[in-house]
Amino acid sequence: MQVLNPTTEAELGEMVAAAHAADAPLEIAGQGSKADWGRAVALPTRLCLAGLAGIRDYAPAELVLTAGAGTSLRDIRRAVASEGQHLAFEPPDLGPLFGKAPDDSTIGGVIATNLSGSRRPFAGAARDFFLGFRAVNGRGELFKAGGKVVKNVTGYDLPKLLAGSFGTLGAMAEVTLKIVPAPETSLSLVLIGQDLVAAQAAMTAALGSNADPTGAVYLPDGMAGHHPSLAGHVGAGSATVLRLEGSAASIAYRRGELERICAGPSMYLDHHESTAFWIECGALQALLPMRDAAIWLLSVPPAGGADVVLALRRLLPDCRYMMDWGGGRIWLAVPGTAPDAHGSAIRGVLVDGGHATLIRAGQQQRGGDHVFQPEAPIDLLRRLRRSFDPKCLFNRGRLHSEL
Amino acid sequence: MPPPDQAALAAAPRFAAALREALGPAGVITDPVALRPYESDGLTAYRQVPLAVALPRSTAEVAAALRIAHESGIKVVPRGSGTSLSGGALPLADGLLLGLGKLNRILEIDLPNRCAVVQPGVTNLAISHAVAADGYYYAPDPSSQIACSIGGNVAENSGGVHCLKYGLTTNNLLGLEIVLITGEVLRIGGRHLDAGLYDILGLMTGSEGLLGVVTEVTVRLLKKPETARAMMAGFASSEAAGAAVAAIIGAGIIPAGMEMMDRPAIHAAEDFVHAGYPLEAEALLIVELDGPKVEVDDLIARVGAIVASHGGSGLRVSESEAERLTIWAGRKAAFPAVGRISPDYYCMDGTIPRGRLPEVLRRMTQLSAQYGLRVANVFHAGDGNLHPLILYDANKPGELEAAEAFGSDILRLCVEVGGVLTGEHGVGVEKRDLMPTMFGEVDLNQQQRVKCAFDADLLLNPGKVFPTLRRCAELGAMHVRGGQLPHPDLPRF
Ligand SMILES: Cc1cc2nc3c(=O)[nH]c(=O)nc-3n(C[C@H](O)[C@H](O)[C@@H](O)COP(=O)(O)OP(=O)(O)OC[C@H]3O[C@@H](n4cnc5c(N)ncnc54)[C@H](O)[C@@H]3O)c2cc1C
Ligand SMILES: Cc1cc2nc3c(=O)[nH]c(=O)nc-3n(C[C@H](O)[C@H](O)[C@H](O)COP(=O)(O)OP(=O)(O)OC[C@H]3O[C@@H](n4cnc5c(N)ncnc54)[C@H](O)[C@@H]3O)c2cc1C
Repeated sequence: MQVLNPTTEAELGEMVAAAHAADAPLEIAGQGSKADWGRAVALPTRLCLAGLAGIRDYAPAELVLTAGAGTSLRDIRRAVASEGQHLAFEPPDLGPLFGKAPDDSTIGGVIATNLSGSRRPFAGAARDFFLGFRAVNGRGELFKAGGKVVKNVTGYDLPKLLAGSFGTLGAMAEVTLKIVPAPETSLSLVLIGQDLVAAQAAMTAALGSNADPTGAVYLPDGMAGHHPSLAGHVGAGSATVLRLEGSAASIAYRRGELERICAGPSMYLDHHESTAFWIECGALQALLPMRDAAIWLLSVPPAGGADVVLALRRLLPDCRYMMDWGGGRIWLAVPGTAPDAHGSAIRGVLVDGGHATLIRAGQQQRGGDHVFQPEAPIDLLRRLRRSFDPKCLFNRGRLHSEL
Repeated sequence: MPPPDQAALAAAPRFAAALREALGPAGVITDPVALRPYESDGLTAYRQVPLAVALPRSTAEVAAALRIAHESGIKVVPRGSGTSLSGGALPLADGLLLGLGKLNRILEIDLPNRCAVVQPGVTNLAISHAVAADGYYYAPDPSSQIACSIGGNVAENSGGVHCLKYGLTTNNLLGLEIVLITGEVLRIGGRHLDAGLYDILGLMTGSEGLLGVVTEVTVRLLKKPETARAMMAGFASSEAAGAAVAAIIGAGIIPAGMEMMDRPAIHAAEDFVHAGYPLEAEALLIVELDGPKVEVDDLIARVGAIVASHGGSGLRVSESEAERLTIWAGRKAAFPAVGRISPDYYCMDGTIPRGRLPEVLRRMTQLSAQYGLRVANVFHAGDGNLHPLILYDANKPGELEAAEAFGSDILRLCVEVGGVLTGEHGVGVEKRDLMPTMFGEVDLNQQQRVKCAFDADLLLNPGKVFPTLRRCAELGAMHVRGGQLPHPDLPRF
């Protein structure tokens, strides 16, 4: 495989223009070390954007940061932490899930996958913090959209469209993000030994209360113990974990609100332990032992999370799961070699809406169009895709056979 | 606007008859007198009576109306409540105005999933009212919220004083039903978060009625904060007030609302509502904090200290809900208050990096002298969104044109200092011709190609947002720059 490593926007533009002229498809990569995502399709040339790196402008008081799209997430985290700020959408580190080194994503890769962590329902997704970009489209043209201020409605909101587009609409050279103050401190309540239905009820009640949690996850029996931060506390039992963030005074009050709603055995994780737990949670610590299973990511109406899980367990008794987002996000590990990794069965369960994406699976399970579940008709998506990349050069076939 | 299409005008009677057949006689207006009320939106300087008005009562009727228009080659302008301040709902002489006002039902309130499903004609405030008894609300709160429709909010990606903390419309939506110009109905999202692939929900939001017609909206509901308290203080300069704002954010505090007014706005508001605003101040800062009482009390003390250390004087903190509302009364009434001191005013809406505020205000004062027109500023200080109100008298020859030229200069200034043309009101017709100050030709062409993916014949709300209408076929062509690729040493194929 040929690898192209542009180090300037102009070079990036020329490389894509040349690919356009030669009708040569390109794999668009951040770090370039992860070729496993999406449908298993091999492309001859990789365009690696890690060379477009560096923080260009960071004005903490304006809540705005502009960086090369190839800047590592690590560098951005470090820069904003030094100003007491953070990326509120809490991008998770999925490296370990793919047997890769932790912590080596680029910010472009994070945005292109719209990858968000446990705080998503409360603070927003990557897309909600993505203010503007400069990118090269599939014609080799450098274009920009959005802006560098936190409030802007000038023109179409193309940043929303590029977020989660998996590199198929543009190769991003530069991104501008909204950065916000990090909470002063945090505390997590762990409810020990709840069954799925009780945990769902507790999470739904907590999310509708003035406790104002910013994390609500359920790790069933046998799964919670995989978390170093919980081991020794929960044994083989389950854990429902609810996070509170803010000032100490505020947390002291809101914890009382949580205790009013939640009965049964419990314990607290202090700020330090809580921070460690939620990082582990983002890295899917509980699922890591399921090395060979296919991993699905479901987004569903949150209050119905437990019902979806119950239906899935009836269909796929061997599957393991964890629930995040108060029931709205289900991570599912499905053993076996079914060619579609049981995609149609899983989607058949989503009667109240939602979608399922195949995050990890062997090559032979990622051949078909079941990997992603687009919500709009494919011909509209194809027209949209072509409006940016008329020859479908970028990541051709990786999302869908027709994209 | 380009001259009306004669063929469309000639086809009008047949078109209206087809519409009547689909929507019933009460659903279509063609009588010139009855068309009058639709001739403008909130930007009243622009007026145009439409070819016809259709008032569908269901998604099926919206789809039918669009299909008929598409087949007849007739343009369509969607309209919610007509409060747009950028002329987004300005009709076309050769186009159908599609009023969504009859789609005004709240379809479902789903508290366990903290969302509501509503039709597009439901007003913004009606949603919050419907769930208030249960302790919930819909967060984005444009000042026009009694009147503006949620469909219009989606189309404009509207904000409000609370969007610093709670986000704009786009951050508070879960799902949409959309009808494309062909009559095809799409359902995007639902009660779950984030898209399975391309974020059509995000793209539709703020697309100003150019991509599709919104026929159903699923909004997120938030739990009402237990307490909200407001404080206000006067400052001797806008620099000092701006420094206080930066220090509050620098201290890690994101208030529920943070608003600034300049001297002319303070005077106009105080004369109107007698809220006790400091008339000697050059700038007034209003900060609202919300959340649990302990948290709010703590933050009020911290923000109060920051304000005082930055020269804020006459600090007043609300001790009751009535006092909180009094502090807000002048700000909320700023537009009508300015309306009292001037026959007409023109409301602008640029965003700037907040740190550039003193410079922008200074240059605005110079422009005010140059144009001989007064300007009053209200300002969403937390997020840098300026609302300069230019005072003029439309009855004086040339003043409207001067006000518009002054407004354009202000927006150019916003872009020059690193900001944008519009923070929440949209481009519409008003700022259309300024788009090239912010975007190059390639940028605009890319946006117009997105339009082509939805509406290849450019029938939905044409003439808005883009300065030049480019036909889709024309946009498909490649520009070859001299037929040569530079840097022959770079790896190629
Ligand atoms: C469905 C799915 C599958 C995943 N599969 C894997 C996997 O197999 N291995 C793994 O380690 N992680 C995977 N992840 C995790 C995710 O890719 C990483 O966490 C991401 O943040 C890594 O960043 P990166 O820089 O390495 O990007 P990459 O892994 O190189 O790329 C991720 C995606 O972003 C696009 N992209 C990257 N940079 C840009 C840019 N500048 N402009 C435009 N598009 C860009 C790529 O085309 C690709 O679609 C997956 C995530 C999802 C949601
Ligand atoms: C006094 C006053 C105060 C205001 N304050 C604020 C404020 O604080 N913040 C703010 O953001 N805005 C404010 N506005 C502007 C305006 O209220 C908003 O833009 C609002 O969202 C417009 O809603 P509407 O229903 O009146 O839409 P309309 O004016 O009818 O239409 C606006 C645009 O949306 C399109 N549209 C409408 N409905 C649909 C639909 N169902 N599907 C597709 N397209 C549609 C139209 O084609 C048009 O382009 C204010 C306006 C006034 C008059």
